[in-house]
Amino acid sequence: MSESGAPALLRVAGLSKSFGATHAISNVELTLREGEVHALLGENGAGKSTLLKILAGTQSADSGSLLLAGRQYAPRTPEQARTLGVAFVSQEPALCPDLSVAENIVLSALPGRFGWIDRAEQNRRAGAALARVLPEGAPLPDLAQRAGDLGQGDRQLVCLARALAQTECRILILDEPTSTLNSSEAERLFVVVRELTKSGIAVLYVSHFLEEVERIADRYTVLRDGKFVHSGEIAGTARSELVKLMAGRDVQELFPRSARSPGEVVLDLRDIAGPRLPISASLSLRKGEVLGIAGLLGAGRTELLRAIFGLDRVKGGSLRVKGVLGPASPARRLAQGVDLLSEDRKGQGLAEALSLGDNITLSTLQSLGPFGLVSPKKRAAIAQSYLERLGVRARGPEQLARDLSGGNQQKICFARLLQHGADVLLLDEPTRGVDVGSRADLYRIIDELAAQGNAVLMISSYLPELLGVCDRIAVMVRGKLGPARPASELSEHALLLEATG
Amino acid sequence: MTQIRRLFRTPWLGPLLALFALYALFTVLAPDTFARQSNLLTMLRQTSVVGIAAVGMTFTIVLGGIDLSVGSAVALTTVVVAECLRAGMGPVAAAALGVLTGGALGLCNGALVAGLKISPFIVTLGTMSVLRGVAKGIADEQKIDADPRGLDSLMQSHASALLFPAGVWLMLIATLFGVGLLTYTKIGRQIVAVGSNTETARLCGISIPRTTLFVYALSGLLVGLAGVLEFSTLTVGDPTDSVGLELEVIAAVVIGGGSLSGGQGSASGTLVGALLLTVIKAGCTHLGLPNWVQEIFTGFIIVVAMSIDRLRQRAR
Repeated sequence: MSESGAPALLRVAGLSKSFGATHAISNVELTLREGEVHALLGENGAGKSTLLKILAGTQSADSGSLLLAGRQYAPRTPEQARTLGVAFVSQEPALCPDLSVAENIVLSALPGRFGWIDRAEQNRRAGAALARVLPEGAPLPDLAQRAGDLGQGDRQLVCLARALAQTECRILILDEPTSTLNSSEAERLFVVVRELTKSGIAVLYVSHFLEEVERIADRYTVLRDGKFVHSGEIAGTARSELVKLMAGRDVQELFPRSARSPGEVVLDLRDIAGPRLPISASLSLRKGEVLGIAGLLGAGRTELLRAIFGLDRVKGGSLRVKGVLGPASPARRLAQGVDLLSEDRKGQGLAEALSLGDNITLSTLQSLGPFGLVSPKKRAAIAQSYLERLGVRARGPEQLARDLSGGNQQKICFARLLQHGADVLLLDEPTRGVDVGSRADLYRIIDELAAQGNAVLMISSYLPELLGVCDRIAVMVRGKLGPARPASELSEHALLLEATG
Repeated sequence: MTQIRRLFRTPWLGPLLALFALYALFTVLAPDTFARQSNLLTMLRQTSVVGIAAVGMTFTIVLGGIDLSVGSAVALTTVVVAECLRAGMGPVAAAALGVLTGGALGLCNGALVAGLKISPFIVTLGTMSVLRGVAKGIADEQKIDADPRGLDSLMQSHASALLFPAGVWLMLIATLFGVGLLTYTKIGRQIVAVGSNTETARLCGISIPRTTLFVYALSGLLVGLAGVLEFSTLTVGDPTDSVGLELEVIAAVVIGGGSLSGGQGSASGTLVGALLLTVIKAGCTHLGLPNWVQEIFTGFIIVVAMSIDRLRQRAR
């Protein structure tokens, strides 16, 4: 490896960690230089999170060497890592919703004397930390505000501010920082990250979005199956090259597209309005097509799907499912063959403590035996057929859902929709938190479903995916849904412009 | 403007208005008896045991915990105080020992919750039964008569030169202490942090076991103090006393804006909740309504208060 450029701040070599018989990471190396943004790339299960946990002090390594500015680095707790200048910002903003913004920022070292809190000092420190993570000239949020009342983007700013408020931060670890942000918030984050690196902070940046990595990162390190694969400069490395390194194979056909023949309209919305969002949405979805909805977080896309499925009240407009008007409730929609894949897989989509078999057959238990009895044999047989059909990497139907990776969990959610016999599928961010390889599997499944004559309405914040998978795409802006246009006439740039307009 | 909005967000604003409304209602319905000044004093006195224990429970609930052993601990404290007095101890020493008994019991609860990582509901469900048994064992299943040596004057109005009996002052001081602790001290904000999001608090270097121990021990001390006042009212040690007291205490906290999922609750709100419960009881008695009507009415108020709180949170 060349030693040009800024001096190395963190040097990881030969790092290994196993849980029982499985090697989470083995012989991993990583070099972070002062003032660089270093992308850590790899599919889910590649060992990224184990490496992050070791660096952040929540887990310890079995073997290997870690040198921070030339000195042995082996933090036993997150606190120790922080005092040594390594701060970690997790994917989901970790806040205490009932504390104020200021308190959340200085929580690890509340200022004061004799147990009493010094509010003025607290606000001064919190304000200074926030100023560092805001672009120049941006107004400071209200420090006394309850953190639970903040939007996602501001929550993350608070977490970033907290990371920087703690002693002197030298290495900042960002785990999927943009996954909960809309594009303007993400832009703001990029500006902030750039600012921080100017003061010599090294940023270790984990993301599934390669176009984002190309914009923000200087160098990259790829892990695959717990092993170090490659490290290099981002400039001059093609995206397809990165994907190849991550997946270990050519992912040429990322967006398969079979011949689709749209049939009659199965879902017809006219000026649908909810209690708050959406404000107005009209669309017609046909059998055998995939219709995408683009837009920023908070534009009302999820609310629209919830209204269609009968989870939220519809205040105005008309909604026909297969030509039938009528009141909406989830039970009624399920009976009509409409099913929803929630964006919140862990919270709403999956019973993590149950087995795969239970999860797949949860909404069709009555088919598993007479008189309300459930036949375990039948359940296992049904589940096994889906595991094979969807290519789920699992030991078998008896495995618990929580043991699966994000991508495989999502396949289980799909399996339940299919088992339920739905032919109108509402998909809310179907590939969120799913690695490249599994994403390709999900695209294949969606394509197959459409080719078989099912209707798919799909929300995604990942534009290449919408363009690749959908036949038509509509953009939602501040609660209003625009007209659907053929995906072939659209580009990422056009969609982004419309969504932010 | 923000001041006004903050005021409307105060979770116990609703209960406070309900308290005034009910007070006005009973005053109109029973002007001769309920509205008397002496009744106001009586109601304050009747609130002090629940009120003090409820300040302790506020800490526990804000932390995200619960303590079902409060009633048993109060009964055990009355027995301990009575036994001490009978053994010839002075009133101050006996009262101090009573308070410390409560603190020690709280510390045990805290140690079990923090050390064994068992849910506080289960731990205190167990200690509720254990402490009741211990109290009965010490007292040989009988009431213990003892010369109160002046401890009974804690709850008597005529024995106080300061408007209220000492017990009422203790309740007010405990409430102020609770407000101050939860709002202005490090440990107080750390308690809120743990109850609000335990994982984040842990990541920020707050020791969860230490905070848990502190909260249960402090809450126990307040329960001990409530037990001393209960002895002062009864003037005997009674191992069968205060059955179900914990539910009233929890109700006071919850009416006052406490959330059983942690992070929310205030000592001032809790005081309002405790007073509300007393006003309902006293009002019904003055109207000559039977006990069962009071119980139905109390339950009704708890559920209504919760529903209003839900709506308020949703409106946010």
